[in-house]
Amino acid sequence: MAIELKMPALSPTMEEGTLSRWLVKEGDQVSSGTVLAEIETDKATMEFESIDEGTVGQILVPEGTENVKVGTIIAVLAAEGEDASAAAAAPAAEAAPAAAPAASSAPERPRPVAKASDPEVPAGTNMIKMTVRDALRDAMAEEMRRDERVFVIGEEVAEYQGAYKVTQGLLAEFGPKRVIDTPITEYGFAGIGTGAAMGGLRPIVEFMTFNFAMQAIDHIINSAAKTNYMSGGQMRCPIVFRGPNGAASRVGAQHSQNYGPWFANVPGLIVIAPYDSSDAKGLLKAAIRSEDPVVFLENELVYGRNFEVAQLDDHVLPIGKARIMREGSDVTIVSYSIGVGLALEAAETLAGEGIDAEVIDLRTLRPLDKDTVLASLAKTNRLIIAEEGWPVCSIASEIIAICMEEGFDLLDAPVLRVCNEDVPLPYAANLEALALIDAPRIVAAAKNVCYRD
Amino acid sequence: MAEHDAATRQNRPRLSLHVPEPLFRPGDKVDFTHLVIPHAGLQPRPDESCHPRETFALCTDLVRVLDDDHQAQGPWNPRLAPDQLRRILREMALIRAFDSRMYRLQRQGKTSFYLKCSGEEATSIAATHALDFEDMIFPSYRQQGCLIARGYPLVDMINQIFSNRADKLKGRQLPILYSAKSVNFFTISGNLATQLPQATGFAMASASRGDSKIAVGWVGEGSTAEGDFHSALLFAAVYNAPVIFNIVNNQWAISSFSGFAGAERATFAARAIGYGIAGLRVDGNDVLAVYAAQRWAADRARANAGPTLIEYFTFRAEGHSTSDDPTAYRSAQEGVEWPLGDPIARLRDHLIAIGEWSIAQHESMDGELDEQVKTATREAEKNGILGHGLHQPDRTMFEDVFEDQPWHLKEQAAQAVHERRVKYPDGDTA
Repeated sequence: MAIELKMPALSPTMEEGTLSRWLVKEGDQVSSGTVLAEIETDKATMEFESIDEGTVGQILVPEGTENVKVGTIIAVLAAEGEDASAAAAAPAAEAAPAAAPAASSAPERPRPVAKASDPEVPAGTNMIKMTVRDALRDAMAEEMRRDERVFVIGEEVAEYQGAYKVTQGLLAEFGPKRVIDTPITEYGFAGIGTGAAMGGLRPIVEFMTFNFAMQAIDHIINSAAKTNYMSGGQMRCPIVFRGPNGAASRVGAQHSQNYGPWFANVPGLIVIAPYDSSDAKGLLKAAIRSEDPVVFLENELVYGRNFEVAQLDDHVLPIGKARIMREGSDVTIVSYSIGVGLALEAAETLAGEGIDAEVIDLRTLRPLDKDTVLASLAKTNRLIIAEEGWPVCSIASEIIAICMEEGFDLLDAPVLRVCNEDVPLPYAANLEALALIDAPRIVAAAKNVCYRD
Repeated sequence: MAEHDAATRQNRPRLSLHVPEPLFRPGDKVDFTHLVIPHAGLQPRPDESCHPRETFALCTDLVRVLDDDHQAQGPWNPRLAPDQLRRILREMALIRAFDSRMYRLQRQGKTSFYLKCSGEEATSIAATHALDFEDMIFPSYRQQGCLIARGYPLVDMINQIFSNRADKLKGRQLPILYSAKSVNFFTISGNLATQLPQATGFAMASASRGDSKIAVGWVGEGSTAEGDFHSALLFAAVYNAPVIFNIVNNQWAISSFSGFAGAERATFAARAIGYGIAGLRVDGNDVLAVYAAQRWAADRARANAGPTLIEYFTFRAEGHSTSDDPTAYRSAQEGVEWPLGDPIARLRDHLIAIGEWSIAQHESMDGELDEQVKTATREAEKNGILGHGLHQPDRTMFEDVFEDQPWHLKEQAAQAVHERRVKYPDGDTA
């Protein structure tokens, strides 16, 4: 039987890649270990090896093709004793669309169509498309050019350009004294950063993920967050702790946690969790300029998504202000970070069923913009929260408390929360998908509060 | 404040910040002549129950047994029987064949992640042979050799890597983060160095209960930067805990060279001196030296003579993992020029030199091991691969969160079963 060679996933989060070069041609004999092709991801260029013996049948995706989705059949291998040309015929038709680079681009992810234009951006400003990853990098680069006190410190941020390539190009522009690789100890470099902030610099501390920041949490909560208070206002700690937060893709229980509610619980900390590129850039710049310590929560799954960003000389957004991502009149969906994309997807589904949902991106978790939440509740009288995180003692719990305390008379239905299952996140793909929130669950909750089934 | 001091500061010497930089980057010619590699057999071997200070000179030396002519030399020669050496050789070759196949399976999309131990096989396999089966192993993530040396089935390892229906960890954990209580192998944590204070704690508990088990931890040189490493050593010193700390110094922590963990200033074994515990620096690619050092430390711990820190000096011959591309940050020549050779080749040559092995036997063994791995893979694939239909039943996700399942998780589990029945009315409703 012919063996289908599929575009491999070279890392847990890879969704597509570039087929840079074929190292074999049709008709070549290959054995286990033969390097077939070179494949480029956003992280690295890697060799694609054959695991089986056989003859290369048809090559279905030509070299140089970009955005080849994982799982696409890229070639067919005839096993020993098989006719290579015959082996090619069957799967070729099925895989044909993938061979054309134009047709293979990934389907567009739901993007926010901001009906309510962000008041901070003047009308008529030129918009450019940019990934969240590049927006974060640009925010840091711009602030480092503007203020020589700003520097980046963390594991693999310099030579390796960041574990998720967020610090790409910074070492080349700013040199090793301002883009600093560290020993492997979050506890150590969070303390170094906190001290440097007290010493007059403006550190940006990158955690490879916020899961690793658990050992640094003492510096964040007991030092950075309280220095100003304990010193009677004499000593400040202007520092940004940033990195990916929340569940990524198949990285298991220890590496898939949303710490938004943990940090947002602490007086003295600013906590920001943006969704799209514009907010990522504008709010990271604001965070770097903040006199207060900021925990800046990114999301690995969103890094590669493209969104529009206003082309401004200095795109800085206000901290503590939510954003209406989609206006609606029947039900309010409050969310933040990756949940916003799911909420927008759910809103589209609901629109098809005659329910007009309003979607609010909190953007900042502390201080929380309750005015925007309550104003929306006053309009829709029904509210749900979509949060990629556990339900217990969550941001969702906090929003519910606000609605009870200050919006009780506005409610036509109990406020519901749509969160992850209350279990550590399992690794296996089927269990992981079941444990995480998704758009259908948001749709179901929205219909529930609208008393529609 | 800054403005005020500006004038007076002009004539003062300016401070400058040092940032470590490795000697070689991609494309550089590699020259390791700065490494001091002493002759095999010259290092003294103190008694296992000696005062820690008698080991301190060994913390900057390098314990070696196999010489350039493949003969065993000096007081550290453990004088192992040829049968045991052949068994160690076979297990090292098995784990290399296993790594190679699992790596290629990842490239085929059958698992999301894999990580090889190529070049470091001796530091897990020979070390495990020097321990008792009851001793508790607290590994990092590159010690698959410990499982092989304890006879853990390959099929169970692959089931875990595939996260399939037969996965003993129920699809909960990342590939290669094994857990195997049956062979006294602790649940690997993704968080670095946390296993070391836990190893010390286990050892203290063992001592407190008057048990005979010791604890043995492994850690990469990069992770010795973690506070946990230092806490583990301090407590081990204070309570004289029956524990061994193995630092596998493979020179690279993903892209960070060992200088970022302090190697520009001192050896890793020398950390023992400050804490006042025994320390040994050992040629990690010399199977006989690795065995001898581990055995020495195990006997010492068993005799209530205290903990030992061992630095195994070795080389990470491949990338960090399937997500890494080492050509971006280190010279490809490093592996070629590495002065301590390959652990498997060195043991093979030793066995040949003493007339206990041959090239033909070695080649036929490699062929058998490839088949063994291939057969185990086929068997595991029957239980499903990543993303394939055969995986852990949905309801299992709600188990093991607490000892007793809380009511809300019972409800969720029942709901999962119900939804599956609605979706696949004729199918497996597990």
